[in-house]
Amino acid sequence: MKTDIILAGVGGQGILSIATIIGQAALDQGLYIKQAEVHGMSQRGGDVQSNLRISSNPIHSDLIALGTADVIIAMEPMEALRYQPYLGKDGWVITATSPFVNIPNYPDIQAINAALDSLPHVVHIDIESLAKANKMPKAANMILLGAAADALGMDFELLRQAIRTVFAAKGDAIVDMNLQALTIGRENKG
Amino acid sequence: MKKLLLGDQAIAQGALDAGLSGVYAYPGTPSTEITEYIQLWHRSHPDTYVHDRWCTNEKTAMEAALGMSFAGKRALVCMKHVGMNVCADAFVNSAVTGVNGGLVVLAADDPSMHSSQNEQDSRFYGKFALIPILEPSNQQECYDMMAYAFDLSERLRLPVLMRIVTRLAHSRAVVNIADSARPQNALSDPADAAGWVLLPVRARRKYSELTAAQPTLQEASAGSPFNKASKEPKASKAVIAAGIGYNYLMENYPDGAPFPVLKVSQYPLPVDAIRALASQSDELLVIEDGQPFIEEQLLGLLPIKTVIHGRLDGTLPRTGELNPDNVKAALGLASAQTFAPSATVVGRPPALCQGCGHRSVYEALNRVLADFPSSRVFGDIGCYTLGALPPYQALHSCVDMGASITMAKGAADAGIFPAIAVIGDSTFTHSGMTGLLDAVNENSPITIIISDNLTTGMTGGQDSAGTNKFEAICRGIGVADEHLKVVVPLPANMDEITRIIREEIAYKGVSVIIPRRECIQTLARHTRQKKQQS
Ligand code: SF4
Repeated sequence: MKTDIILAGVGGQGILSIATIIGQAALDQGLYIKQAEVHGMSQRGGDVQSNLRISSNPIHSDLIALGTADVIIAMEPMEALRYQPYLGKDGWVITATSPFVNIPNYPDIQAINAALDSLPHVVHIDIESLAKANKMPKAANMILLGAAADALGMDFELLRQAIRTVFAAKGDAIVDMNLQALTIGRENKG
Repeated sequence: MKKLLLGDQAIAQGALDAGLSGVYAYPGTPSTEITEYIQLWHRSHPDTYVHDRWCTNEKTAMEAALGMSFAGKRALVCMKHVGMNVCADAFVNSAVTGVNGGLVVLAADDPSMHSSQNEQDSRFYGKFALIPILEPSNQQECYDMMAYAFDLSERLRLPVLMRIVTRLAHSRAVVNIADSARPQNALSDPADAAGWVLLPVRARRKYSELTAAQPTLQEASAGSPFNKASKEPKASKAVIAAGIGYNYLMENYPDGAPFPVLKVSQYPLPVDAIRALASQSDELLVIEDGQPFIEEQLLGLLPIKTVIHGRLDGTLPRTGELNPDNVKAALGLASAQTFAPSATVVGRPPALCQGCGHRSVYEALNRVLADFPSSRVFGDIGCYTLGALPPYQALHSCVDMGASITMAKGAADAGIFPAIAVIGDSTFTHSGMTGLLDAVNENSPITIIISDNLTTGMTGGQDSAGTNKFEAICRGIGVADEHLKVVVPLPANMDEITRIIREEIAYKGVSVIIPRRECIQTLARHTRQKKQQS
């Protein structure tokens, strides 16, 4: 098996913690992974992405080729759209619905959504409201991951286990909140 | 043992396991995580002595590492590619003195300039200094090459340059690491003590020895476990793939390429292997990240009939990093079908954090300078370089570490008024202090703003060498007390800040204004840490 994932967002939105959980779940299965990240200047509120590759065979390139990503997971709708040239023709896009507006020329959100909806498989999920309603503002990214679980083709229990491993040091309350967020995401992806 | 590591972290772990006694570095993307990993490791190994404090700049780092090598111990110097320019004097001469304990210089290049002002290729420095260069192609090689590099350095008695690129530095993979570390070297005297004093008479002897050693370096490349030739028969093309370029090639041929391939990860170029490759095909494609370092050398090495493709003939783009797509095209393979880039998407450039002190500095500066249309503002390297972009658009230059002060001085010499320099605290101690002395000695009419956020912000908040010392440093260099002002850059203090800027512009000599307020990112981190402790 091979899954190529692009994680997209704005610097500071926490896309790397999503990558960490998926990566941990892949490692627990004994799969190969490569995860290219963006550090440095763009982290200051610019667009950031991470290429996460998982495979049962050794992986060469750290970067994903155009037109070959299986899943795009985005914390922000315009950032989801930015990477559409990387999406494979049957690929999935899982995106948060709230725009992150830190530029004066942010495009019309309707236009963004219309463009996203022209892609083959798109899931929009309002992670911000869900996080707020469930009193877990810090776990919005895990809600998004939950919504992406099926598209990733990963065993849900493995993702749960990965959350337990990665958040263990932060205590049971944090682990439970993130597990709950994951479930909320899966159940609310429409 | 297996560990999921960034390329940078694999290098750090490899150095520790190879008996490292000290890392010397100044933070710079994409090299910062090497030193940070060693610092973190050190916290869980408090009884092992490994030097791991940040240095003031790459030159002090390089020299201190050479001192540690002189004493017989293994030292690592890490920097981003432009840091090589800062330490070049020490670096090139360290090849002439040679080393005692193993010395590895790690240069992290940034093709595509993700976080840099140029895409210079550090391999040229290695060739220039006449020393071996290693170029790993994956995270496992990052790890494995460190022990190899230190051994090679001690065997050849030369520093070894290791060159990586952003995509390797900042990508994670599982790495097999040793269960135990090699012990550190004991103190020892260098074998050739006289050769460390580079008086012309001795330097001439050492330089002859260095040039005479080149065939040995060539043999080391020929026998390197990291240079590999595939045994494919003659074909219409053959490929030389260096460092990370090898991955992008193999990505397209997971079961092996159907033509001869030479993987190059150690230099000087393995000349015999390249000639052998050229005898198997009349067309060669060179896949290398950065500048056409190999390609240019081939032009003088191979028979005229060999056609060489690469970055020079446009088969690969002349600038920018390699990626699976441009390598695919260079190999003549078809790309996957893609969705065209969406016309709806707009750029999202980075910006200063909300609440950052630099914002108040630019706000104040712009208010005052609105009255001085002839003013020019010389910027420097750091988060505050973002003041060049909207909404502030406050800077007229950003060139290299420290250039704000010296360029302002030169512009003032030429008659520009007001000439203003904006520099960060860490950049000031890195390379600004000497320029300040020049300005003070001539009492140049410039206004220098040292925007002090108490950290090295751009690279993620590392210690800044001059914290708490700036007034003393400026006074010591000779800035007059009455023209050395400290302010707190907050919107509430705008009147005071603008008044002071106006006064200091009016003064026809060197003034230094220090707006001081902690970076809000490190402030948040420190508050979190305090909360956890209590
Ligand atoms: S990281 Fe710190 S110094 Fe840099 S922009 Fe943000 S607040 Fe300012």
